[in-house]
Amino acid sequence: MQIPYTVEPRPDTGLYNAKLGVWLFLASEVMLFGALFSALILLRTGATSWPHGYEVLNVPLATINTMVLITSSVSMVMSWAALRLGDFGKYRKWMGLTFLLGLIFMVIKTIEYAAKFEHHLYPSHDNFMATYFTLTGLHGLHVLGGMIVIAYLLGPGSKMWMTEPERYTNRVEVIGLYWHFVDLVWIFLFPTLYLL
Amino acid sequence: MSGHSVEEIRRETRVYILVFVALAVLTLVTVGVSYLHLSFGAAVGLALFIASIKGSLVAAFFMHLISERRLVYAVLILTMIFFVALILLPLGGYHDRLG
Repeated sequence: MQIPYTVEPRPDTGLYNAKLGVWLFLASEVMLFGALFSALILLRTGATSWPHGYEVLNVPLATINTMVLITSSVSMVMSWAALRLGDFGKYRKWMGLTFLLGLIFMVIKTIEYAAKFEHHLYPSHDNFMATYFTLTGLHGLHVLGGMIVIAYLLGPGSKMWMTEPERYTNRVEVIGLYWHFVDLVWIFLFPTLYLL
Repeated sequence: MSGHSVEEIRRETRVYILVFVALAVLTLVTVGVSYLHLSFGAAVGLALFIASIKGSLVAAFFMHLISERRLVYAVLILTMIFFVALILLPLGGYHDRLG
């Protein structure tokens, strides 16, 4: 049996199923990160002392990572545009760049974590480090998850382009929406944790 | 979206580049503002204001919410109501303690 509405929109929703699915998933993600931001506000407003992020964390590295993630969002959306223009070669280059930028983000994050561990700064150190590791760790796992899907779409999953190009383009749009959401979360994490 | 003409898609890619430049500039502004050593309230307000502009640009253009179906807006409005409640709850508790 064929899965319905993978390409054409459902008459009642006006969307193909995967697109509605990813938006509902992203809504649950807003609540997941929202709960953690809420916990951060609760802990920070209730604390007698709380360090400024820029005193403890590496702002230059985080700024570079912000630029890396923003650039990866552009390369992601350019890869989707290339597919819509039917240029699979260009799509592979843009999507490959997105994967590479995701990898650079993770390497920089690892360097940042290693420096913290060197100074014996673990999640158990204080509430600030606990929230820092929880929020950035969960965000990092999301980047990693996105990279796995991108690798699949560039590797074995790319066969679909030959048989069902529109369905493949929709898959790229859906992972794109997820990737931009991960970028969006970082846009708020960066000033909240590092600059205030 | 797939029904768009080649010219429309090319025009969209030019917008993506402009949004990228705006995001990069706003990131530098965010970092620059943190060196001004404003009061905590002003720093939070300004940082979140800039982050909101950046987030809106990503959502509107990269996630193409600027031209999306009504059902997606409905899902997001419902989500934002719960999100705002989640953020206001601890702030309400903070003001209770102050009061």
